[in-house]
Amino acid sequence: MKESSVKKPKKLLTQSKKDHISAYLYISPFFLLFAVFGVFPILFTAYISFHKWDILGTKEFVGLTNYQWLLTDPLFWKALGNTMSIWVMSTIPQLTLALVLAFVLNQALLKGRHFFRLAVFLPNITSVVAVAIVFDAIFGQHYGIINYLLSLVGVEPINWKASVLGTHVAISTMVIWRWVGYNSIIYLAALQSIPKDLYEAATIDGANKIQQFLFVTIPMIRPMIIFTVILSTIGGMQIFAEPQTFSGMGGGAVNQGLTLTLYLYEEAFLRNSFGYASAIAWLLFLIIVLFSLLNLFVTRKIKSAD
Amino acid sequence: MREVGSKPFSMGRIGIYSALVFFSLCALFPLYWMFVIGSNHTSAVSQFPPAIMPGTEFFVNAGKVFTNINFLQALFNTFIVASLITISVLFFCSLAGFAFAKLKFRGKNGLFIFVLATMMVPAQLGLIPSYMIVSQLGWINTLTALIVPAMVNAFGVFWMRQYISTAVPNELIDAGRMDGCSNFRLYWTVVLPILRPALATLGLITYMNVWNDFLWPLVVLKDRSVHTIQVALKTLNGTYAQDYSMVLNGTFLATLPLLVIFLLFSKQVIAGITEGAIKS
Repeated sequence: MKESSVKKPKKLLTQSKKDHISAYLYISPFFLLFAVFGVFPILFTAYISFHKWDILGTKEFVGLTNYQWLLTDPLFWKALGNTMSIWVMSTIPQLTLALVLAFVLNQALLKGRHFFRLAVFLPNITSVVAVAIVFDAIFGQHYGIINYLLSLVGVEPINWKASVLGTHVAISTMVIWRWVGYNSIIYLAALQSIPKDLYEAATIDGANKIQQFLFVTIPMIRPMIIFTVILSTIGGMQIFAEPQTFSGMGGGAVNQGLTLTLYLYEEAFLRNSFGYASAIAWLLFLIIVLFSLLNLFVTRKIKSAD
Repeated sequence: MREVGSKPFSMGRIGIYSALVFFSLCALFPLYWMFVIGSNHTSAVSQFPPAIMPGTEFFVNAGKVFTNINFLQALFNTFIVASLITISVLFFCSLAGFAFAKLKFRGKNGLFIFVLATMMVPAQLGLIPSYMIVSQLGWINTLTALIVPAMVNAFGVFWMRQYISTAVPNELIDAGRMDGCSNFRLYWTVVLPILRPALATLGLITYMNVWNDFLWPLVVLKDRSVHTIQVALKTLNGTYAQDYSMVLNGTFLATLPLLVIFLLFSKQVIAGITEGAIKS
């Protein structure tokens, strides 16, 4: 139909009208899909969270009861604490290492840089389930590599899975391993876009390498640092497969690996408490928004302190 | 060959190379270790110090993987899902990107900002209603449940829009219009060929993400015959956790196809990620 209307000498539609029709048509798949699997679920999650609902049985309006319970639920606080602890223990080393690695990869005259980039990026393509399983073996109590290395320096084997700290260390290690390379590639791109003359000017002013790094490099790649911090925050708050695989049901004997998303999943799909799980989902969302804003604020502050 | 003034054996150089070698070893070791354990007999795993050399039992363990889970079926399911989603994402995202970059229409900026804003919403927030929708549609235990919600995404639209606005000159669009091209024909014959590098990168990133997706498939795929490789791996680990050789052999086998694809296109993937990062 459209084809023929174009060919006709008499224009039925102006170009502007045609552009409008095409444009709305072309962007509609995204908006349709987002309406069905984005907007509606978000609103419906809010609606469910005010109900007691086990999907099969009856639905009962309970107001804010789910939220009230949640705020006095020790498991929720435990999950929140675990999520925060794992997030801090993974994000800070991960981004610091990525920055160091990017700096090193960015050195001029580096031979084999393609190989090194490839090597450090490779963990990122490994699936999180495979990562969780292999680290489960690496952190094994009796035959794990980590305990073997520790035994070489005289440390007794650690039962990583049993303790809160051990579990958090193991899970953070998985996250760090998988994401350092990815972040360093992003930083590397930012480093390469810094004009060379800035460094020359700094050298003329008598700045040494460390000063150059602190006063030229860091401020110049600050937007990218903010980007990675926000990305790691969103990822960190949603951590699921690692604790589920490493710690199992309920995050282990003392719930040491129970994260917010794991708790949400178990409430919804193992215990069928859809209302309660929806309340967890909304609090999780609020926490993510809050943290993203906080990050933005803090990273902005860091700049103005310079 | 050497540039004037560079000292190949200075302390700084040695430090940098040792750091890189160290990082690379740390990055590669777990992958290598999957292979080591996966190729040893289970008894060799329970030794102290742990095995660090590949063994001879690789195919024995692989055989056990194949009998315990429907590995090939899971691999095939993942392949189907990842391929269909990738094709669909490339088509719809580039089409929407074209509209946002080159067509004039009312509400363009507002709608584009909305697309960007949707990237902030965590997937878990809508997990339960999405599950309900999918189950209402009768899609539980079907691959459709994975494919349809992922057919187009905000990141892809955003990324394509950025690429098209810089890579496709307006003169080309105008020239095409003079020749009487409809908008769709413009997209198909003029814009799409220029997008090849961007499509390749977005395609690979999408493929990798779908391949490694876990939470949503775990929720909607209960039947073994429709398991994707990640869910199958999880089952393998959950049921046979004592047999590390077999389980790690499975994880290695599951990583292998993606590893091959990645090595073939590694330059493009890495270039794409840096490009995407810079533009955002």
